[in-house]
Amino acid sequence: MRVVLAEDLFLLRDGLVRLLEAHDFQIAAAVDNGPGLTRALADLRPDVAIVDVRLPPSFTDEGLQCALQARSEQPGLPVLVLSQHVERLYARELLADGNGGVGYLLKDRVFDADQFIDAVRRVAAGGTAMDPQVIQQLLAQRGGHNTPLERLTPREREVIELMAQGRSNAAIAERLVVTERAVAKHTSNIFTKLGLPPSDDDNRRVLAVLTYLER
Amino acid sequence: MNGQRVRSALLAAAQGLLLSLLSLGVSLLLFILFVLSLVFVGLGIGLFTTPVIVDAIRAHANQRRTFAKDWYGISIHAGYRPLPGGPRPGLAGQVERTVHMLKDPATWRDVGWLFVDAVAGFVTSLLPWALFGYALYGLVLLCGVWQPIVGAGGTFWFAFVPISSWFTAVLAALTGLALAGVALRWNPLLLTGHFQMTRALIGASEKRLLAQRVARLTETRHDALDNSAAELRRIERDLHDGAQARLVAMGMSLGTIEALIEKDPEQAKHLLAQARENSAEALSELRDLVRGIHPPVLAERGLGDAARALALRMQLPVEVDVELPGRLEEPVESAAYFAISEILTNAAKHAEAERAWLDIYYNGTARTLRIAITDNGRGGASLEAGSGLRGLERRLGAFDGVLAISSPAGGPTLVTIEIPCSLAEPGHRTALR
Repeated sequence: MRVVLAEDLFLLRDGLVRLLEAHDFQIAAAVDNGPGLTRALADLRPDVAIVDVRLPPSFTDEGLQCALQARSEQPGLPVLVLSQHVERLYARELLADGNGGVGYLLKDRVFDADQFIDAVRRVAAGGTAMDPQVIQQLLAQRGGHNTPLERLTPREREVIELMAQGRSNAAIAERLVVTERAVAKHTSNIFTKLGLPPSDDDNRRVLAVLTYLER
Repeated sequence: MNGQRVRSALLAAAQGLLLSLLSLGVSLLLFILFVLSLVFVGLGIGLFTTPVIVDAIRAHANQRRTFAKDWYGISIHAGYRPLPGGPRPGLAGQVERTVHMLKDPATWRDVGWLFVDAVAGFVTSLLPWALFGYALYGLVLLCGVWQPIVGAGGTFWFAFVPISSWFTAVLAALTGLALAGVALRWNPLLLTGHFQMTRALIGASEKRLLAQRVARLTETRHDALDNSAAELRRIERDLHDGAQARLVAMGMSLGTIEALIEKDPEQAKHLLAQARENSAEALSELRDLVRGIHPPVLAERGLGDAARALALRMQLPVEVDVELPGRLEEPVESAAYFAISEILTNAAKHAEAERAWLDIYYNGTARTLRIAITDNGRGGASLEAGSGLRGLERRLGAFDGVLAISSPAGGPTLVTIEIPCSLAEPGHRTALR
């Protein structure tokens, strides 16, 4: 699998290259600035791009802008965005085109190599990987009384959190140490309570959940 | 003669009516009360009445300043000396206050103005409406009202026209119309004269305004320095107790792991997990700290998106409306962001609001950033209530920003902030690292 990596801090870039190579990814390009990233994405057409939000020369959200721009030119181009902070605002912009194949994670998530690699693979396959903090920001908001979200049981909230991160029923079952059938029951309850059409496709259901939560 | 002129002349007549009541009635009354109160200072009673009356005089003068500004765009600066250290209770405080007020030259200028206002001010405000009134009177006479009056005896005078027949009555009416013409032409000018006279008498001098500006700058600079020192202390403490301590703990764990890795791999593994947890905690603490120093979204996107991101983080739903033509100066962005953050947090925590509305608007002509935050909480917030609002006001003071609150008990609460500032020139912002 060919990866384009954009990260301006040498230590992190180097670490990521090593981590990815150890997991049999092929680094097509590792760049340290926005214009370089745009060129690499257009010329190399990688299977997945891993992009830091803040890049030179402007040190604003250059990386995010380049990624969004590239996705508008190559719809569905898988992009995993890394940042020192996560904002719902950015998550919303990444998910806006509804094409899937997006990830948005805190840089800390790299610590857990297995989970990180799993997230990269999921995004490359057209799925989603949302940082748990994005979901927590969503769930923390008090949406007034009697919103459907308030009617979820604590267990269902755990499930929706994992679901929104982009995990499959099997992965959720493993994480919560329950059977897959129990998870399936929870998810169908959640879909009913939130009034969403049931779906088996992992990516579609993540988008459904997130769209619902963003309302 | 166009409609605009007629309208402004009639408006001036109405304004003149109000002003003549204020100048002859209120100004004269206050002047007399002040003189009496001054006489009674010797008896002691004056100590208590003088501050009250001076306050009333100032309110009266400020009322005129407002009219001058609103009606004819004439700025009359106040420039009263603020009482240093605020009012103190008791007799000593009362004496201090009286003496302070009597020592302020602005008080004496006000008193002088009261007297002039009652005479010249009255005349200039009387004419705009009296001329119209007299003209109307002339027309009423023409309707035949002069007949019984003249019939009862002698000649009847309208201005300088003696009325004794229809011919002279018509002459009187024409004179009245001429007077109305004068009013139509000169009314706004009369009132402008009225306010210019007021400005000459009670407007603060340039020197006075500059002195006040210097005093204000000294105060806000002091606050700003104090504030940034406190902020640095807080950051130092947070780093010291947080990230630094965690890194020390991590280092120690790693040292132990080194020693244990062959003897007791199980224990080493456990410690490794702990070290990783510590590093994650340290990162998360640093992230919170960074957000408190300068939020990353603010650096990346500017005030508008930072406010939107902040609203998404709030516990209560916030409706955000932003109208900014570009990025603002960095210090203003930051100050505005933290002000919004504090006010929204107040709304969620103290006011127990269910919803909030945030409006950010930049007025390009006035070069002012205006922020309005409304919530449907229980209200009752004030600058005096010891909330963080006073501190917030002081921090905005460094930018000559002002903060106003309207928060009746039971809500809703509306906080308005205005900060004069200009837009940042693209490319002139320092790169952030």
